[in-house]
Amino acid sequence: MKNKLHALWQLFFGDSARAFGSASVILLVLLAVAPAKNHFSQWRHYQKQYLRLIRGRADAVTLERHFQGGIQQIWMPEQQVTDRCTTCHLGLKEASLADVSSGAFRKHPVIPHSLTEFGCTTCHRGQGAATTLQEAHNATEQWEQPLLPAKYIEAGCGQCHLENQTGTPFLNQGRQLISAYGCTHCHTIKQPDGTYIIPDDDPPSLKHIADKTTREWIYAWIKDPQAYASTATMPNYHFSDDDARDISAFVIAQSTPMEPPVQPVKADAKAAADPAAGTTLYGQSFCASCHAMQNAAGILVGGNVGPELTGIGTKAKPEWLQDWVANPNHYDPGTMMPHYRFDAKQVATLAGFLESKTEPDFVANVHLDPATPEQIEHGKRLVVENGCAICHEINGIKKPENFAPELSRIGSKPLNQLIFVEGVEHTLPDYIGAKVRNPRAFGPSLKMPQFKFTPQQVDAVTTALLALTDRAQSQPPAMRIASVQQTKYEPAGRAGQLMRDLRCLTCHMINGHGGDMAPDLTWEGTAVQREWLTQFLKNPETLRPALIRRMPKFNLTDSEINTLADYMMTVYQTPEFDSDSLPMSQFTSAQVEQGRQLFYSKFACQSCHIADYKNDKGYIGPALAAAGKRFNAAWVYHWLKDPQALRPGTIEPNQHMTDDDARSLTAFVMSLKSGGAQEAMKK
Amino acid sequence: MKPVLIAVCAVTLLMSGCSRKSKQPGPLQATATGAGIVESSGGKQIGYAGMLLDQPVVVQVNDASGSAVAGAAVYFSGPSDVGFAPAAALTDSSGQVTTTVALGRQGGRYKLTASTRDASGKKVEIQIDEIALGYQQTVGAQLNAQYCVRCHDPESTPQRVSNMDNLSVKPHSLTEGDTLNKMSDADLIAIISHGGAALNKSPLMPPWGYTLSKSDIAALVAYIRAVADPPYEAGGLVYAQKWVGKLRL
Repeated sequence: MKNKLHALWQLFFGDSARAFGSASVILLVLLAVAPAKNHFSQWRHYQKQYLRLIRGRADAVTLERHFQGGIQQIWMPEQQVTDRCTTCHLGLKEASLADVSSGAFRKHPVIPHSLTEFGCTTCHRGQGAATTLQEAHNATEQWEQPLLPAKYIEAGCGQCHLENQTGTPFLNQGRQLISAYGCTHCHTIKQPDGTYIIPDDDPPSLKHIADKTTREWIYAWIKDPQAYASTATMPNYHFSDDDARDISAFVIAQSTPMEPPVQPVKADAKAAADPAAGTTLYGQSFCASCHAMQNAAGILVGGNVGPELTGIGTKAKPEWLQDWVANPNHYDPGTMMPHYRFDAKQVATLAGFLESKTEPDFVANVHLDPATPEQIEHGKRLVVENGCAICHEINGIKKPENFAPELSRIGSKPLNQLIFVEGVEHTLPDYIGAKVRNPRAFGPSLKMPQFKFTPQQVDAVTTALLALTDRAQSQPPAMRIASVQQTKYEPAGRAGQLMRDLRCLTCHMINGHGGDMAPDLTWEGTAVQREWLTQFLKNPETLRPALIRRMPKFNLTDSEINTLADYMMTVYQTPEFDSDSLPMSQFTSAQVEQGRQLFYSKFACQSCHIADYKNDKGYIGPALAAAGKRFNAAWVYHWLKDPQALRPGTIEPNQHMTDDDARSLTAFVMSLKSGGAQEAMKK
Repeated sequence: MKPVLIAVCAVTLLMSGCSRKSKQPGPLQATATGAGIVESSGGKQIGYAGMLLDQPVVVQVNDASGSAVAGAAVYFSGPSDVGFAPAAALTDSSGQVTTTVALGRQGGRYKLTASTRDASGKKVEIQIDEIALGYQQTVGAQLNAQYCVRCHDPESTPQRVSNMDNLSVKPHSLTEGDTLNKMSDADLIAIISHGGAALNKSPLMPPWGYTLSKSDIAALVAYIRAVADPPYEAGGLVYAQKWVGKLRL
């Protein structure tokens, strides 16, 4: 053995000539390793495959002209992008390769961004500088963030686009859910533009809760909020029977009576005799615009601004219901619910109707003995430990700060800082999804409660959270499209006070503050005539035949109506044009006739509007049969010229009318004074 | 002896620590077989690429006389990036299997299969078609819901009353492939931008070219193509393109 080795050594390195020769050969081989590695590299293999693919196609010449061999790179240092993805993904810009079955060479789907200006990893993540499939796409030791799975891809958009976009329904939904379920009560989320995601679930104060409901109801509610109302946003804390007993004991014990106290139901407060009167009043007051209620078929009907009312009679005490319906400001000065100014009979009727909406099963099996001081003390400890006071005002308990981890950069959280559990894939999206879906799976002692999300909602919330990345925070501010924030606008003076009492801004937007349920009123003073406005406030008529949500009747006094009308007519004026610039006397009957022709033939306005209840049926825009009594002529003219300029986002199409056409149409619309829908119905 | 023992222990520990438990489910033990399989619900949905479909897919296994069979094994399959939960299951007491479906990451049409085996072991299957919208089609779907649907969709709900019946000339439903597939992209863009009158059609269709951007309208066309039933085949008849030119749009 030893001899053989020696002979071999002698053969190659026996004398200096042999040694020189052998060493040269070894050196040559070693030198060849690098080029060989390059030659056999994975990306060359893909480029060869690509060439083979395009050579078989009809437009081979064009495609080959576009092809560039070698490593390709998109480099944008200010955005921290070094992407070599296009080395293998060669067909991303080739329109004719949209049908290719191999994902590597297919054309990129149409998006509003140029691939070379934004790079790939900006949206898709993964390791841009890598040139092998494994390293570029998957998690490696040095690179924790693999490609983002397709279902979360809108998280890429959300890094720059902080506003709602048409093309990202899931991101929008996720952000909306984060607000609606009050995630940011506990978790701070500071967006890259410096704004915070503000919760909009408006949890009620518990300071006077004993005036409103019973301990039994509270017990059943905290055991399972969704058992009371499927739409409830309060999460489930999985409290044991004993814990729920003690918490309900404490919540009742800390409650103080309202100031001034709730009046007991008066014996002489008579509801209307007709049993259907409550239903009618509920309908007439358009309660369903905000509140949902299950109908006889078990289908939920109504809006989601206020709480569901299916079992309100089981929840609320009769005297509290009367007090609330009479004036909600008494119990909750911060409520979104308007003060309706019902008379005593209406209050009794409506409260009686709500009382009859019960869910007796909900509290049927709850039997609680009177609470002991120890139970109340234990209940208080649980309330503190679970952070109930973050959402609810509670007497004697301070709102805790920094109760849960901040999530402003959760989308870039390093995996080594996370604790995974069995059954959760070792990736960030899977971790976030699992945490949103079932937080207590990560340990029974975790405080985060169980929210009731559908699988699709979990994905949406995860998408919104994944958008909160380091890249989003650190990229140049010029890349960001800021979120739309509400202004702090409040109407002023006596009218302002009245408008706050009526909660106009719950539904209407004015100067960038308010709800989106009803039309923007920023320029309402220009748009309408004062007489119409006072009439409408007194008795709101149907403007849009097909709409369920409508302006309720608030039973305002004449002087209140005058205050409102004066304020709106003076303050809510557009600076864009003079509302007196088109006096009615200017229009000739020939123009009116011309306008009628244009209305029915050229512009076919009757497809959406009703000018004459006898013939027209258009259901989309407001009925115009009495438009001449409602609108200001200059407003109509400018609206016809460019609707979106006066109310951004309105769906009336801009018809690009000539001045003459717009003038004639205005003349026709202003000549319509036949009366409102009610009059038409009477006929 | 000692180092050897330690080494063995270490290796065992390492191996047990590193090895991944395989989660392959065993084959389904069917307790019954059927003669046919039918779709109960969940076909022809319009979903989004990479996302879960709104409604689960439900199929039913029937015997030769057409009554439901419980305990038959049903297997779902589709393109590689489509996810089924579960991908295989036994039919319940009403003979049905329900699965949630996550579509693949590309927009387009997905052909899924549900299969079972009959008494002789022969495979019987049905095809279930689903549509996934990509980015551009999603934009189109959103615009459709905002601007188009109330006239173009005959279906009325209390929340969104259809305006179709109020129109003297009925608009085409956007899924109406028989009609819309015959129109070129240029025609569709012209009608949406300039209104029905531009192509000698009803002026009840207003022009949207001054309200929506060019890319919005392209997105709407992409959406119309994506949801067409029967499916749209690109590069089909373009007979109308000639006289689009004449109109100088």
